[in-house]
Amino acid sequence: MNLGNLLKVAIKALKRNKMRSFLTMLGIIIGVASVITMLAIGQGSKKSIEDQISSMGSNMLFVMPGTMRMGGVQQGSSASQRLTVSDADAIRAECHAVIAVSPEVRSSGQAVYGNSNWPTTIYGANEQYLEIRSWEVVSGRNMTDSEARGSAKICLVGRTVADELFGEGIDPTGETVRFRSIPFKIIGVLKEKGQNSFGQDQDDVIIAPYTTVQKRILAQTYIQSIQMSARSAGESALAQQQVEEVLRRTHRLREDEDNDFSIRSQEELATTMTSVTEILTILLGAIAGISLLVGGIGIMNIMYVSVTERTREIGLRMSIGGRSVDILLQFLIESIMLSVFGGLIGIVLGFGASSVVEALTSWPISVMWGSVFLSFAVCTLIGVFFGWYPARRASDLDPIDALRFE
Amino acid sequence: MKTIIDIKSLKKDYHIGEVTVHALRGVDLAISQGEFVAIMGASGSGKSTMLNIIGCLDRPTDGNYLLDGVNVAGMSKNERAAIRNLKIGFVFQSYNLLSRTSALENVELPLMYNPAIGARERRERAMAALEAVGLTDRMDHMPNQLSGGQQQRVAIARSLVNDPVVILADEATGNLDTRTSYEIMSLFQELNARGKTIVFVTHEPDIARCMTRSVVFRDGHIIREEEVRSRLDAAKMLRAIPVEEE
Ligand SMILES: Nc1ncnc2c1ncn2[C@@H]1O[C@H](COP(=O)(O)OP(=O)(O)O)[C@@H](O)[C@H]1O
Ligand SMILES: [Mg+2]
Repeated sequence: MNLGNLLKVAIKALKRNKMRSFLTMLGIIIGVASVITMLAIGQGSKKSIEDQISSMGSNMLFVMPGTMRMGGVQQGSSASQRLTVSDADAIRAECHAVIAVSPEVRSSGQAVYGNSNWPTTIYGANEQYLEIRSWEVVSGRNMTDSEARGSAKICLVGRTVADELFGEGIDPTGETVRFRSIPFKIIGVLKEKGQNSFGQDQDDVIIAPYTTVQKRILAQTYIQSIQMSARSAGESALAQQQVEEVLRRTHRLREDEDNDFSIRSQEELATTMTSVTEILTILLGAIAGISLLVGGIGIMNIMYVSVTERTREIGLRMSIGGRSVDILLQFLIESIMLSVFGGLIGIVLGFGASSVVEALTSWPISVMWGSVFLSFAVCTLIGVFFGWYPARRASDLDPIDALRFE
Repeated sequence: MKTIIDIKSLKKDYHIGEVTVHALRGVDLAISQGEFVAIMGASGSGKSTMLNIIGCLDRPTDGNYLLDGVNVAGMSKNERAAIRNLKIGFVFQSYNLLSRTSALENVELPLMYNPAIGARERRERAMAALEAVGLTDRMDHMPNQLSGGQQQRVAIARSLVNDPVVILADEATGNLDTRTSYEIMSLFQELNARGKTIVFVTHEPDIARCMTRSVVFRDGHIIREEEVRSRLDAAKMLRAIPVEEE
């Protein structure tokens, strides 16, 4: 029998038992829909984390003193382990893969304006800091190089600080705010960033020249970290290597000595963060995959029932010239159709469920075309795999026995 | 007349565990074109076994069998399927129509397995076959909308549609009442008159008398073979039977 006739026969057989066909497909429908939805959720949460990490800065690298262990930073107390402004200057001068460098010092304290005060964090940095951290100035201006080096009493404020001290939406540029009693003139307001993936408010900041924060607030000469941008994402690893070379030299480390600093990149951070969601995605996908498997077993079961029920039909088809392979294909195509139709409905349902989840969570849920194609291919395979044994059983029947079957 | 079926010393054994059943113990049978042969005998005498071998559904344990000049005894499963498709028409006691499938589609079925025949020719030939059995107006009916006699007519149309060299019927009237049996026999006589070769298994002597020759089996042997004298005209018999009052 040719393929066209085989398809016709299969469609007819499925139509003859509409309810049963539908119930059989249900397993596949649910399986495929859940695979697609689970993978979309996993992908969505991964993407949302990635988005948040990329909002932290552009191709960012940072150096911290001490060696970073799995648990976090092991802060060194000896002077040799501290980072200094000259380290940052050396990086700026020598590392070609690094396009922006800024020292960073921070301190927390009360910001005061008139009767309002607000507990916040002040970051000491230079004029390249905004570029590194993907900050934009919405009103006013960035600091200059000479202000950064010259302990100017100026600052930029995040939206939260501006709102809390001056009132919702008010532009405080030109006003003077006190932080730990030191007056800072506000030269600009930072564009809103919102919360990061840890739930921290990224707009609750004041950015001032690092020299000012070092001298006036912390009274220290070293810096807490060095923040950098690599020229491109691709050059991140190269930049990391160049920074390491420079710092090993400025810190006068011998060949056999370990680094007394740690360099981390935004990429690494992203990888660590997303690896968790990846594991989750695999887990969810696997659970959904199991339901797909159960769906396949459902098809196998019904195909066995169908072969038994239609034993006489098989005998008849053989008696009028149906070869074993015709019978095999007839049942195989039937089971492939059950599984592929189920898969198609499942895909549609999966899209629907994904957009419901998107509406509920506001994650950027995106159905992966890969998972759609994968489900489709898996459905076809399920149809073949689980249809094979029942179909073989049908095609192996002896026509006379089959015709006599009660 | 040309010999359609030429069987020599045909044997068929069935092995059930340790026991061997000799269903056919050396049968010679020749059937010429245009014959209408009754195969008779008690239950278990080997009639169906014989018919299944003639129809290439089963293969003999031993012996020779030429069908339409071709030696089919040693053919493979697939070759036999092709022979059945092209040269054999089967009619069964229990009709064996596909349920929820129209009469026309049931009749088309054998041609579906013949790749040389397209959809259009298939339809035309199926319609012609239904016309030959007088069911043109029932083409679209499902089997459950047809009486037993009508269902058997559809089955006969199905056996005709591939224009076989021989039609094989195994107790084709076994499920029908007397009146309907004669209707069916009348149809077979008509087909035979138009030149169809028919082999018909029955254990009813009256039905056998509608045919041209009878072959009687007992215990796997042919014990008697004779021309039917004073042949019955099924159409005439039908007129003699009063229509039952409902
Ligand atoms: N598939 C089979 N397996 C074992 N024995 C069989 C089989 N088919 C038929 N027989 C035996 O072969 C003999 C002839 O059977 P069959 O041809 O069906 O007789 P009939 O049609 O004349 O009633 C019987 O004894 C029967 O039991
Ligand atoms: Mg029998």
